[in-house]
Amino acid sequence: MDLHTQIASHVRDLPRSGIRDFFEIVQSMKEVISLGIGEPDFDTPWNIREAAIYSLERGHTGYTSNLGLPDLRTRISEYVHRHFHVGYDPKTEILVTVGVSEAIDLALRALLNPGDEVLYHEPCYVSYSPSIVLARGVPVAVATREEENFSLTAEALAKKITPASKVLMLNFPCNPTGATQSRAELEKIARLCIQHNLIVLTDEIYSELTYDGQPHTSIAALPGMRERTVFLHGFSKAFAMTGFRVGYACAPEPLTEAMMKIHQYSILCANTMAQDAAIEALENGGKDVDRMRKEYELRRNFIVRSLNEMGLECFKPHGAFYVFPKITSTGLTSREFSLGLLEKKQVACVPGTAFGPSGEGFIRCSYATGLEQIKVAMQRMAEFVQETKARSGAKA
Amino acid sequence: MDPLLTLLRNNARVPIEDLAKELNCEAADVRDKIAQLEADGVILGYQAVLDPLVAPGHAVTACIEVKVTPERGGGFDRLAQRIAKFAEVQGCYLMSGGYDLLVVVEGDTLQEVATFISEKLSTIKGVVSTATRFRLKAYKENGVSLVKEAKSRRLVVSP
Repeated sequence: MDLHTQIASHVRDLPRSGIRDFFEIVQSMKEVISLGIGEPDFDTPWNIREAAIYSLERGHTGYTSNLGLPDLRTRISEYVHRHFHVGYDPKTEILVTVGVSEAIDLALRALLNPGDEVLYHEPCYVSYSPSIVLARGVPVAVATREEENFSLTAEALAKKITPASKVLMLNFPCNPTGATQSRAELEKIARLCIQHNLIVLTDEIYSELTYDGQPHTSIAALPGMRERTVFLHGFSKAFAMTGFRVGYACAPEPLTEAMMKIHQYSILCANTMAQDAAIEALENGGKDVDRMRKEYELRRNFIVRSLNEMGLECFKPHGAFYVFPKITSTGLTSREFSLGLLEKKQVACVPGTAFGPSGEGFIRCSYATGLEQIKVAMQRMAEFVQETKARSGAKA
Repeated sequence: MDPLLTLLRNNARVPIEDLAKELNCEAADVRDKIAQLEADGVILGYQAVLDPLVAPGHAVTACIEVKVTPERGGGFDRLAQRIAKFAEVQGCYLMSGGYDLLVVVEGDTLQEVATFISEKLSTIKGVVSTATRFRLKAYKENGVSLVKEAKSRRLVVSP
């Protein structure tokens, strides 16, 4: 029996993630400095790890409520209200999930009928388009442009809206570009969503990591938006808790209830000791978040200046821990650049095309790695750019 | 704390150019600012952080809790300054609680430290009593952990 033919066609036709592809090449090499890491390099703060250990010691090893521990939901409600200025009822409007990834999947499955169109800005996180396809929706990418610092403009969005459009996915600060969104532009986008009756899934996982004193605005807080928004957040980035796998979705009751049904039948509940750790994060983690943010900001300054100095044009992103420099001046494609840099200089970056076709001409460099490593990587990358340009100059 | 001071406290040997890049300013500005901090007495010096178990010399460190009689007019300061002047004394602090001064003393041998305490420190007029605690092992020195923990590995490339 050919098992390939047994795989559901919409799964079979999904492309492999460009990141995974690249990961396998990098993994086979030694002594690589990686700027390809999509998670904090900081260990989870000790008090949070200790809370997870204490949870085990107390025997918190059973299931929790499907929605998540009531105490955690109460704290999430307070946290979201304090930081994002939107109120959610912890009893009916907050669902604790296995990372934001699960929450995205739940929201899409809860909302989409086959053929519904989902708009999202691109370059974007690798899972968006596949998650839409797996939920039987139709992905509709709206390309963001370097000239606009990879922000989403209402104008570009409006051009892609059709009568089949149902959902808009947002991710600001953005992985992979580091882009943020101004309140003024968000307001325009909110008006479009209301006008065309779109539901918004807003993945704000990087919202604590914004720099230059720029305040983060959530679209959920804009007038008329709470009722049509699923607000997604989690602990992975701000609290360096990626491996704990805790995220959450906040949405009006009917939406939360619909997502909860899928969550209940497929997952049951998020990991119990990780939920206990998340309570500690919300209670006492603020200082560590500030410490890590400050460190990221210094690294960002260093990496942006280094890239521009070596002739790779790079706008200064205000959020997340990625920079997205343009590499077209070297005459190479994203993939050629990334592979060449890896083979010749043992530095790993992710080709922009891993985040959608509009990422061509760019690479993603993560600064979630120590400054000493970043310094060496920048030195080697500068050599690579210089050598590449010299070679193409010699050919011409 | 000033971000420049945070960086210098973490590693004072980072090249000025790198500090400028991190702080998003010019190298000359960083140089001027450091000079100013030195002139203002904010930065008192730059020292190497040694692992006392590995570094040769100064094998013995003691923390001495000292009770003193404060002087009329001088309070604790005059006596504390007098104690601090000894070359053996690495640190001297006025403390709240059960004793008055905490004096950190370094020496090559136990005998050397003991002699300093019995012949110099205890005999100073105004010193009422001393209680000496010898250091057995160091786990963290000046914010630098001496326990080499394997850094947890991240996937080399992740989304």
